[in-house]
Amino acid sequence: MVRRAHHERVLMTSPNPPEMRTTVDFFLHHWLNIDSLTSRSRFEDHSRETFSAVLDTAEQIAADKYAPFNREVDNEEPRTETNQDGTLRVVLPRATHEAWAAYAGSGMLAAAQDYDLGGMQLPYVVEAAANMFFSRASISISWALLTTGNANAIMAHGTPAQKEVFAKNEFAGRWAGTMCLSEPQAGSSLSDIATRAVLDDENDSLGPRYRLFGNKTWISGGEHDVTENIVHLVLAKIPDENGKLVPGTRGISLFIVPKFLPLPVGEVARAFSPARDAGAGEGKTAVDKDSNVAFPHRHSVPPLPEGEGKTRNDVVLAGLNHKLGWRGTPNTLLNFGEGKFKPLGNAGAIGYLVGKPGDGLRCMFHMMNEARIGIGLAATMLGMAGYEASLQYAKDRKQGRPITGGSTSSPRAEKNAEQPPVALIEHADIKRMLLAQKSYCEGAMALLLYCAKLVDETHTGAEASAAEAKLLLEVLTPIAKSWPSENCLEANSLAIQIHGGYGYTRDFPVEQYWRDNRLNMIHEGTHGIQAMDLLGRKVVMEGGKGLTLLATKINDTIQKAFHIPELAEHAQSLARALQHVGAATKSAWSTGNPNEALANAVPYMQAFGHMVLAWVWLDVALALVHEARVDTRADQQVVGAGLTALSESADEARLIPAFAGTRLPADGGSFRDGKLAACRYFFAYEVPKIEAWLAVVKTRDMTCANISADAL
Amino acid sequence: MKVLVPVKRVVDYNVKVRVKADNSGVDIANVKMSMNPFCEIAVEEAVRLKEKGAATEIIAVSAGVAQCQETLRNAMAIGADRGILIETDVELQPLAVAKLLKAVVDREQPQLVILGKQAIDDDANQTGQMLAALLGWGQATFASKVEIEGNTAKVTCEVDGGLETISVKLPAIITTDLRLNEPRYATLPNIMKAKKKQLDTLKPADLGVDVTPRLTTLKVEEPPKRKGGVKVADVAALIDKLKNEAKVI
Ligand SMILES: Cc1cc2nc3c(=O)[nH]c(=O)nc-3n(C[C@H](O)[C@H](O)[C@H](O)COP(=O)(O)OP(=O)(O)OC[C@H]3O[C@@H](n4cnc5c(N)ncnc54)[C@H](O)[C@@H]3O)c2cc1C
Repeated sequence: MVRRAHHERVLMTSPNPPEMRTTVDFFLHHWLNIDSLTSRSRFEDHSRETFSAVLDTAEQIAADKYAPFNREVDNEEPRTETNQDGTLRVVLPRATHEAWAAYAGSGMLAAAQDYDLGGMQLPYVVEAAANMFFSRASISISWALLTTGNANAIMAHGTPAQKEVFAKNEFAGRWAGTMCLSEPQAGSSLSDIATRAVLDDENDSLGPRYRLFGNKTWISGGEHDVTENIVHLVLAKIPDENGKLVPGTRGISLFIVPKFLPLPVGEVARAFSPARDAGAGEGKTAVDKDSNVAFPHRHSVPPLPEGEGKTRNDVVLAGLNHKLGWRGTPNTLLNFGEGKFKPLGNAGAIGYLVGKPGDGLRCMFHMMNEARIGIGLAATMLGMAGYEASLQYAKDRKQGRPITGGSTSSPRAEKNAEQPPVALIEHADIKRMLLAQKSYCEGAMALLLYCAKLVDETHTGAEASAAEAKLLLEVLTPIAKSWPSENCLEANSLAIQIHGGYGYTRDFPVEQYWRDNRLNMIHEGTHGIQAMDLLGRKVVMEGGKGLTLLATKINDTIQKAFHIPELAEHAQSLARALQHVGAATKSAWSTGNPNEALANAVPYMQAFGHMVLAWVWLDVALALVHEARVDTRADQQVVGAGLTALSESADEARLIPAFAGTRLPADGGSFRDGKLAACRYFFAYEVPKIEAWLAVVKTRDMTCANISADAL
Repeated sequence: MKVLVPVKRVVDYNVKVRVKADNSGVDIANVKMSMNPFCEIAVEEAVRLKEKGAATEIIAVSAGVAQCQETLRNAMAIGADRGILIETDVELQPLAVAKLLKAVVDREQPQLVILGKQAIDDDANQTGQMLAALLGWGQATFASKVEIEGNTAKVTCEVDGGLETISVKLPAIITTDLRLNEPRYATLPNIMKAKKKQLDTLKPADLGVDVTPRLTTLKVEEPPKRKGGVKVADVAALIDKLKNEAKVI
């Protein structure tokens, strides 16, 4: 009998204390004061209650349908079987299908959309927070975020018919989406893509119709039967009048290439012809009669033609990549237009142009902030999962004895072999590794939720604060993606270390977290590419406007922290770090030679990221210290702590007392102690690295850049 | 047919509860609270009855502190049509809850009341039975299958050593066991819909019920810690220990 794991667990004690949720709630409601968003018209139906209910649902589905199967999807790596027609199909564990069904069924795919699209107009910051629970439970079992990203791009740049047919079916979870950028010869350098798109019919009802020919690789979720159709968003080049592909990124356009054509094209044409207004829809059109073309009722989505009529597009699976981790998600090589199928009588994958020709990269990267925050959160949650596992292990495993003896006159360490061994967590070095993980992962979580709230600000804030949020995101997004990818991966390494030899086996989950996390420095712009984006573009654009704004924000926090005795020293270190970063940015570019400036872009990004995280931790600490003070007063007052005050009008801040309903857990203060210790750890052990990283940036050290290939 | 579903707000099943320092009870300050899982099953069953056309309206009712509203919203997100909160800060014991529910039944006249067989906080397993007695209705407890056939409910009940299928005349009380169904998740669109559903608040006095506790809690203690095991040399030693130390054989 299949029952929900959660109800089974009613009868047992849980191995999983709701610690992360407490932290999430603290960051969202207390530190970021997201409840103030409910004063905006888009979110006016919302309340703290609805936000919490969403997180509850996410937590529950993640616990029931994701977490128990994380190892299974790793063991049962996707494999292919051959269909009767000679094409390959991908075989996935049943758990993958069920996880998708639960996720899609919950409405998560459409969470941020308008009500009439089946959405709940959820702020992005809450959507991102909800997705954290899925990432922590099993990062690879579902590739739902790709579908959301794909549908969002279509919503932003597609025609009404494209939104109706493709985006809507994706939000409903019936179809899944992919992002097809990479090709074997074009990874980091997308300007080198060679997939061609040749015009087929300018006037197709689903947009100008092209035929695509080329090969894509690395495509996540590129083939599977979890959903009835797959919507590929493909970058390709339209040849010029001489039949040549334009070099550079300017020639790149974006196309929707569905695995199955949605309807015999004629029918789509009828369903969406502008002439077909309400009441005119006679006969068997797939669209509801009294719906408007833009967004008819939820149930009127044109269904795929059944059976015979299902037109297979000329895009086929060429094979799978066999990966180190993230194995639950099939990663595919796709061939477009090899002639395996002849949709509408001809070879060539049918693709509908999205946006204007040549505008492909812009359309694809429209939601870049969200995509990169999503990767950062994935890295962070893998880090969290490792932290939680190693914390538990350190409490359970007994090994070694405490150090005793010694005095100032005769310093030496002794151990009493008669004593029983203690739990690992009693050892200082184990605690160091736990605190390191905590400071990386919770710090990264705070940063990402902060960035997610900035995304909401760009969409719903007043003009000035939206512009400010946009600018801040320009500078922070490379950090939001890269910092967790590197440091929460290091956290996973420490989680293995805490497990000793056991951590190196597949009997414990931590090795998988590390393998899964290793991807995040590679996809969605490699570490090196992100660093060049940061130092080469983001901090210098518009005369350094973004960096200046960030510095102002950091200074606000520093000013506040200066007045708090226990934080004043941290404030000073942060001020120094900020100065160093500013100076290094100048020195790097002082010769105006980009080869010199960018030779050490990665150390620069590492230092920059650490400065940002130090800022975040100091601000979180500020909120906690404020709380301590407010707690001692009878009437709780509104205290705008550091970042929370950002881009919120005074009115909004007044609407909801910052601490209304958000009390720290009654755990004898250990919640607060833990956060403040993580902050101290970061300042004591991590912040000093900043100067070291920046040294080579400042001197424009060319040791690496100048070494010849022969000498390596 | 109207169905009444009482739902209880309890400490989340994930929380490791602690006993208060003065042994007066369990510390529930600031811990995560959720709907009692057996109550979730009750709501789900009512929603299924409605989907099958056997029920027309589902009323969720909860007695307790103001935050029980969240539990009611959750029930409405699963599919209850409206909610009634009987708000009180007084510690509620099963008899008081049963009396409150009786008063609600008198007002609402449901044909069926589906309750969880017990709540995971106190594990009392009493409210449904007491309510049946107060109403003079038939009861089918520990249900793992429910079918409505005209004026009766055919209910499969979990009993020691097996299953027993009984038929009860409506109106009746049903209490749910774990195997009855797998509750659906509160989906995002339904969370929003639940927000707009009607939620009435009453006080025990409005219902003429005195909820003063009848039982006094003397002391609450943690269960004794499990003692570490020992390795025995052979089967003989094991049998010796079981006989003479544990005295179980
Ligand atoms: C598991 C997985 C899933 C993926 N999913 C998708 C997907 O769904 N869709 C999709 O389109 N792609 C996807 N990718 C592809 C991914 O985005 C690319 O792997 C990535 O962009 C890097 O490209 P590459 O692998 O060709 O490496 P390369 O570009 O060859 O880079 C190799 C190394 O060289 C460095 N490098 C490259 N160029 C420069 C330069 N100019 N200066 C300095 N250093 C440089 C890089 O930083 C990197 O360290 C996925 C990849 C993986 C591994």
